[in-house]
Amino acid sequence: MTCSRRQFLKNTVTTTLAAVLPATAVVFLTPQELRAAIENKKTRWVFLVDTNKCVGCGMCVKACKLENEIPYDAPVTRTWIERYVVTRDGEVHIDSPLGGRDGFINDKIQDEVINPEDITKAFFVPKLCNQCENPPCVQVCPVGATYQTDDGVVLIDRNWCIGCGYCIMACPYGVRFFHPVTKTADKCNFCYHRISKGLEPACVQACAFDARKLGNLKDPDDPVTQVITSERVAVLKDEYGTKPHVFYLGLDENVR
Amino acid sequence: MSPDLVVHGVEWTVKELFVYPNEYIYWSIQIVMYPYMTGLVAGAFVLSSLYHVFDQKALKNIAEFSLVFSLALLPVAALPLLLHLQQPTRAMEPLLTPHFTSAIAAFGIVFTTYALIVVSEIWFVYRKYFVEQVQALKGKSGLGNSMNRTIYLVLTMGAFDVGEEAIAADKKAAKILAGVGIPVACFLHGYAGFIFGSVKANALWMSPLMPVIFIMSAVVSGIALCMLTYIVIMEWRAFRNRRGTSGAIKLPGAEEKVVFEAGRYLLGFLVAAISLEMLDLIFRGYTAMKSWDILRSVMYGKDFVNIFFLQYTMGNLVPFILLLLPKLTIRRTVVALILVLFGVFMMRWNVVIGGQAFSLSFSGYMHYKIPIIPHSLETYKEGLFGALTVIAIPFILFSVINRFVPSLKSEGHDL
Repeated sequence: MTCSRRQFLKNTVTTTLAAVLPATAVVFLTPQELRAAIENKKTRWVFLVDTNKCVGCGMCVKACKLENEIPYDAPVTRTWIERYVVTRDGEVHIDSPLGGRDGFINDKIQDEVINPEDITKAFFVPKLCNQCENPPCVQVCPVGATYQTDDGVVLIDRNWCIGCGYCIMACPYGVRFFHPVTKTADKCNFCYHRISKGLEPACVQACAFDARKLGNLKDPDDPVTQVITSERVAVLKDEYGTKPHVFYLGLDENVR
Repeated sequence: MSPDLVVHGVEWTVKELFVYPNEYIYWSIQIVMYPYMTGLVAGAFVLSSLYHVFDQKALKNIAEFSLVFSLALLPVAALPLLLHLQQPTRAMEPLLTPHFTSAIAAFGIVFTTYALIVVSEIWFVYRKYFVEQVQALKGKSGLGNSMNRTIYLVLTMGAFDVGEEAIAADKKAAKILAGVGIPVACFLHGYAGFIFGSVKANALWMSPLMPVIFIMSAVVSGIALCMLTYIVIMEWRAFRNRRGTSGAIKLPGAEEKVVFEAGRYLLGFLVAAISLEMLDLIFRGYTAMKSWDILRSVMYGKDFVNIFFLQYTMGNLVPFILLLLPKLTIRRTVVALILVLFGVFMMRWNVVIGGQAFSLSFSGYMHYKIPIIPHSLETYKEGLFGALTVIAIPFILFSVINRFVPSLKSEGHDL
């Protein structure tokens, strides 16, 4: 068989292409991706807040600040409590001094004294990161420093965040801020370092009234999952399409 | 709180009524400067392209100046972004690990593409000049001359052919680059609008019109700045020439023909920009979504002077009338141009700062108190002097670039 140089090169190119092209159609998966693809995810962390039980003591905020090393006196916090006071005239008075860290020890709301006779209803609402299923903060991060884990929690890589603040702008719930020491974006992560070891988040552990609970939505026997699936729960600002995963019992229409 | 602990935003944010604890004015003056400077770059380039692509002969002088000026403005479009980063040393990360669902991720790519277009267009336009300089400086003694010659030698990049065919090829290349550059310049800026318009959490920003509004006002401000700088430089040279005793040649000032022609384009884009902004405003009021209550209280209450007096009246309406009234003079044009530039700046301000003037809870307000006298790096960067630094740099750059790429010529005289 004769084989000219031209023919040889031609055959080489054809063979290489024939070998390479089908290979490019194959997607290479990391072991984690493979596991996620073949078996159903076992965990989806969710949070349940029972606003009927919250008394606004501020222990959760204190515990969070200490556990997560957010400077104690810095006016930023990963979780906070809002106080709502609705008066007879339909006015809604809201405040959250120091994020409710020291409790609500002052009768004044926004420098206004409210006559107890005029109050029709009043309640506390704890807030934290909603660990959205469709998180806008992750979408807008230009470098991928904030990301969603397989079990639904949104985390931040402090070594990669450039501090542009786009995620802070994109969050409709205002949970993000710049950490005063690391100078990177920061927010609640359900105490990921604790829950991944089987511990409760610091705020849940600190709450003496069972107002805050963590659960696994993928586990039908989880008490939190049972409440979410069987009772009337609500989420915050669902109009943004973020699919928040912090569920509230007894959420009032006035809650912002 | 220990004094060295700085919480970003606390310094200049004043809260009123109920605002979430973590909410502050995170995007301050530098983010006002970013779309403003980008807009000037894009606008300057569009003005130069009107001549290079659409052959608007009357714009020749100002077009060459605009092209070089847009190069001087270019680095300054990225500077505000760098200055506002909390981790400026990581500024290159968007290029290393771009996360493309983010509007900011593509900034480096769009910006670099645009920069390459501007630089190569300038090279094609001025290549002949570089070659002439190399030849003219040949054999001349003196360190300055030999240094200049080396610089020009480098600038020619070894292309010494100035035959008719080569020059025709240069012209064609410049024309193609100018043509490609228009959509890229618009993209660069429309994209800045998209960064804001796509933030669904912000009731004021979220609008599909945002990129288009940004492009129109960008062209307006770019044309205005080029015209203004052109007039000032030309008049200053004429003035110095009149004062100087040795000035044998009488130098003309800015040419009315050039200025008025550019002014007509300015008016056109101004009308488009205002129409779009009005459409946006009317639409928000008419549909009156949940956020309208707080938006209305900001627009018609807290920011009324900023929006309706400073931006729309002083920045749009007054210059519009000034430019349209008969018997237009250069002096009246200058007043109108300054007002237009101010108006576009106020528009950026009202978008960026105005968008953070209300809480995400829709139950409170935030005021931005711009740091005037800096007492730390942060208050310098995010204060008045940081903004002034950003404004000053393009003029310094231009004076350097213009030494080697003379973009300002008046009839027959090389200056």
